[in-house]
Parts: sequence; C-alpha cells; structure tokens
Amino acid sequence: MSFVPGQPLTAVVQRIQIQKLRQGENLILGFSIGGGIDQDPGQNPFSDDKTDKGIYVTRITPGGPADAAGLRMGDKLMQVNGWDMTMVTHDQARKRLTKKNEDVVRLLVTRKSLEEAVKQSMGSFPRQ
Amino acid sequence: MDTESTYSGYSYYSGRSRGSHRHGERSRDRHKTRNKDSRSEKSVTINTPPAEPLLGDSAVRGEQVQDDNWGETTTAVTGTSEHSLSQEDIVRITKDLEDSVGLDCRRYFTLALAVILGLLVFLTPLAFLVLPHLLWPEKLQSCGTACEGLFISVAFKLLILLLAVWALFFRPPRAGLPRVFVFRALLAVLVLLFVVSYWLFYGVRILDSQDENYQGIVQYAVSLVDALLFIHYLAIVLLELRQLQPCFSVCVTRSTDGEIRHYNLGQLSIQRAALAILEHYYCDFPVNNPALLSASKSRAAKHLAGLKVYNVDGPGNNAAAAGLVHSQSRAMIAAAARRRDTSHNELYYEEAEHERRVRKRKARLVVAVEEAFTHIKRMQEEEQKKAPGDVMDPREAAQAIFPSMARALQKYLRTTKQQHCHSMESIQQHLAFCITNNMTPKAFLESYLTPGPTLQYSRDHWRARQWTLISEASVTSGLKDGSIFLLKCVDFSLVVTTKKIPYIQMSEEYIDPKSHKFVLRLQSETSV
Repeated sequence: MSFVPGQPLTAVVQRIQIQKLRQGENLILGFSIGGGIDQDPGQNPFSDDKTDKGIYVTRITPGGPADAAGLRMGDKLMQVNGWDMTMVTHDQARKRLTKKNEDVVRLLVTRKSLEEAVKQSMGSFPRQ
Repeated sequence: MDTESTYSGYSYYSGRSRGSHRHGERSRDRHKTRNKDSRSEKSVTINTPPAEPLLGDSAVRGEQVQDDNWGETTTAVTGTSEHSLSQEDIVRITKDLEDSVGLDCRRYFTLALAVILGLLVFLTPLAFLVLPHLLWPEKLQSCGTACEGLFISVAFKLLILLLAVWALFFRPPRAGLPRVFVFRALLAVLVLLFVVSYWLFYGVRILDSQDENYQGIVQYAVSLVDALLFIHYLAIVLLELRQLQPCFSVCVTRSTDGEIRHYNLGQLSIQRAALAILEHYYCDFPVNNPALLSASKSRAAKHLAGLKVYNVDGPGNNAAAAGLVHSQSRAMIAAAARRRDTSHNELYYEEAEHERRVRKRKARLVVAVEEAFTHIKRMQEEEQKKAPGDVMDPREAAQAIFPSMARALQKYLRTTKQQHCHSMESIQQHLAFCITNNMTPKAFLESYLTPGPTLQYSRDHWRARQWTLISEASVTSGLKDGSIFLLKCVDFSLVVTTKKIPYIQMSEEYIDPKSHKFVLRLQSETSV
C-alpha cells in the first residue's frame, strides 16, 4: 500500500456497504476513524508506510453496523460514496461519513490481507 | 546641424506625429511597428493652445516679439566655476559684512541688559537687609537667634542661585539667531516685574514707614530669594526640559546632492530647531563636494543644447507672444521626448568605467601605503645605541615615508574628485598622527576613502560663515506638523520638512503564565 507521490495509486479494494443505525436523533456507523492530511502520520499503528496520511479504521464497535458489514480494524478507507478519502483532512472525512441525509455509505476499503489473498490466488493459478 | 541629423531617420515618423499632436490623437500601433525598441511610452500628446490670442492680451502686449537676445537665452546654462566671483557674489559678501556688524551690536546690547538684570537681582536682597541698618539704625530691633539663622539661609540660597544662574546662563553663545529668543525675553521681563514689585512694596511699606521689625524684613528678603529660585526652576523647565521629549521627526535634505538625514526634535521654535539641525549637519552630513556634480551638469547642458526653437513666422505675430512661447516650450519637450536619446547608455558605461578605475587606483593605493608603513617602526627603549641621526620624531618619520605613497594617493584623490579637500600639509599631519598612535595603514586610509563630516576638514575651506533661514511661518513660532523651511548658505541649501510623531494608543493584555500549555499532535480519533 505504499504510494509514490505524483503517481496513481493502485490497490486492491473491497466494497463494503454499511446501513446507518438510528440512535435517538443520530445516525451512527459504529466505528472510529483516525488519520488525515492534517494529522501526524507517524502515530498510526495500522499503516505500513509511516508517511501515509490516509484515513484508517481504528476501532469497531462490536455488534454495530460496521462490524456486521465486514469492516475490520486497520482498514484504510479509499472512497466513501464516491468521494476520495486518500487526501482529506480528518474533519472532511468525518463530514463525508456523517451526512445526515444519507442512510447508507458505500465504502471502498483496502487492507494488507486483501493484497496477499490476490497474490496467492494468482500464484496458485498460473496463467496458461 | 545636430538636430537635422537626429530627425532625418524619422522624418516621416516625426511629420506624422506632428500632425497627430495638432489634433491631439495618439497612434500607438504605428509607433510600435516603426521601431523595435519600446519607444511607445515616449509618445507625447500635446494640445497646443490656439494661435489666436485671447481678446484681452492684444491691448497689453505692446512690445516686440522678436527677442534680440535670443542667442544668449537659448543656449544651455552651464554652472560657473567654484572659484570665480560673479557680480552677485560681491553683492552678497558686502551684505554679509553689514549684517555681521549689526549682529554684534545686538549681541553686546543683550549682554549688557543681562548683566544689569543679574546685578539687580543679586543686590536686591542684600539691599533689603542692609538699608534699615543704614537709614534708621537706632529704631531697629536687634536681631535675635532666629533672625540670624535666616541670615545663613539667605546667604546659602544666594550662593545656590548664583551657581545655578552661572550654570544655566553663563555659557558661551552657540549662535546668533535672527530673532529674539522668546522664552528668555519672557523670563527676563518676569524677573524684572517681580523685582520691581518687591521694591515697590519695600519702598512703600518699609522704607517710608521705617519699620522696626527687623526679623520681618529679613523674612521678606528670604521670601524674595526663594521666589527667585523658583523662577530659576521655571527657566530650566522652559529653556532646557521642554524640548527634550521628541515630538517631531524632521527630514533634512541637501539640495545639491540629495543627502537625507532624519532627526528627532522636541517642541522648539523654528529658529531653535534650525540651530539644532545645523549642529547635527556639521557632525553627520558628509562634506559638500561640488566637483561630484559636474557630470550631471554637463549632461543637462547636452540635453538642452541639442534642440533650438526658431520662430519662422517673423516678428509680425505680435499679439500671440504668450501663446507662442508656451507652444515653443511644449514643442521642445515633445521633441526631446521623441528624440533617440542614447545618453542613458553613455551614462551606464561611463559609470561602470569610473568604478573600475576607482577600484584599480584604490588597490594600488592600499598596496603603496602598506609598503610605506613597513619602512618605519617604533624604536624600543633598549635600542638606545642607534645613532641620533637615525632617530626621528613622528613628523620627520611621516615626511620620510610620505613620498613613496604620495603619487598613488594623489591619483586616487583625483579620480574620486577629492583632491581639493586635502592639502599635502594636512595629509602629512594626519600621517604623523597615525604613526604616533600606532595606527595601521588601513586606519590611515579610511579618512581618504570615504568623505567624512564637514567638521573633519580644515575650518576656513568648508565651514559656511552665515546661514539664512527662509520660512513662511514666523521663525519664533513653534514647529508644527508639515512645516517646511530652508536653511541657505552660499553653496547649497538644506530643505527641512517636519512630521509629527503620532499619538500612540496602547492597551494592555494580561496573559496568565499558567495558560501556556501545549499538547502533542496525536492522531485524533473520531467516532462516526
């Protein structure tokens, strides 16, 4: 998941759709995010590349909508409802996720295990 | 002719533009296509006034239009050389002599007045004390202890007053100002009135009635001396303390070469401010060197010499004289703006060349001086065994090493146009001075490399004898924001403008020292 500045980023992503849960007058998703271009990337425990300023999932509420949808701790959010999450500030990311008029968020997330899974699957079936 | 050749290459162009500026329009793209260099910003639009005169003028103008002195008046003005005396210089010198005699009379007059006033002030308390003993000694009560104590007090207060007056007023005068010093005059009048009123009271109530209470008389004398001390305090505040707090920032510009300095002055009258500025001028401004301006004068002469205006209509056009002169000068300006002028090019190369030359001469000079300084050294005490013929005092040592550097120094001074500032005698004196005080060659050279303040040079050459203060406001009125005045001397003038230092409104903000707290920039985590 390392990126070269100026070059397009390629990653293996998983599509996750989370239905927001209504709690009182709030719509919650059930996870916490960290990171952003205005934050300190060296403190991120989940990233490989300590200069990566992307948005990461730091905590999942067990039994919440995110947990049910398959989001895991340490996932990096690449897109939320079509909006890019690789170069946003922390507050912008929060806003994109907590829009009041949206019931559902469609995320594209990436994690290391996905890449390895793809490699394995490609390796075990060599091209003919 | 010079002007013809300048126009020949652009005859179509100038003809077109002459037509254009009669109608007052500008043809910009025309200019751009005709010449590659950006001359378009030089195009000038001039609306010449109509040739017909206004109705009123024809009655006034009865004289000939054709000026017979046209040969003299259209040539360029060149500066007169510094050492020639023109008619106006002679007139000026005689006027100076007359003025200085008048000034001396005034100074002696004020000195005499001051001395009389001082004597009056000092002798009055003593007179108050002594007169009863002289006039009615038998009626007078004897002086008790308290009274004699007051004698001591009077004596010491008079002594203090004497010292204070000596300190404040008995200083050599710095200058002769054009008008009377208002505060001093007011103080003198105040003191006079004061003393006269005391004498009146004394004369009426004590002398006439021959009062026997001597202690009362002594107390009266003591009160007089006390009041005089308070007046002296008032004098200190008005004359010395009031102008200490800076209130105005004055900008002093020298008219010949544009040297600018800024000074802070307090609340002063214009003439006192001018005096303060002149004292600063002698210490701060580099010496006025007219030789440095000859280059710009010759350039100005060249600008004017290139163009001449001929009136081809002849002397018949009597009534249009005013409009004609006006249009002539405008035409000259337009032509000068349009002419292909390469003087900026010449200036650039000339200046570069001059700088190179100066640097080369300076390098040679530095080397020559350093080598000259190695030839002598200070004799140590132990080397007494040297023959007396070899031992030199500083002046002889300077004379011994001067010839080896004289040529290089002379050439350098000539290149930087400073040769009339330093005579050979003064250079040798300076060299002897540097040798005596163990200065390095660089220290010796510094005074020749940069022009110093006017005071550094010999007295008669550079110090102006008389300055004239030219001001629209009265010179005894105070400085105000935006007041402008001139200080003129024979060679140049100093233009002074004042600006008031603004009123500053300051407010305070308290920051609790405990409020300086910092946090690490951690990953913030937000729940969504």
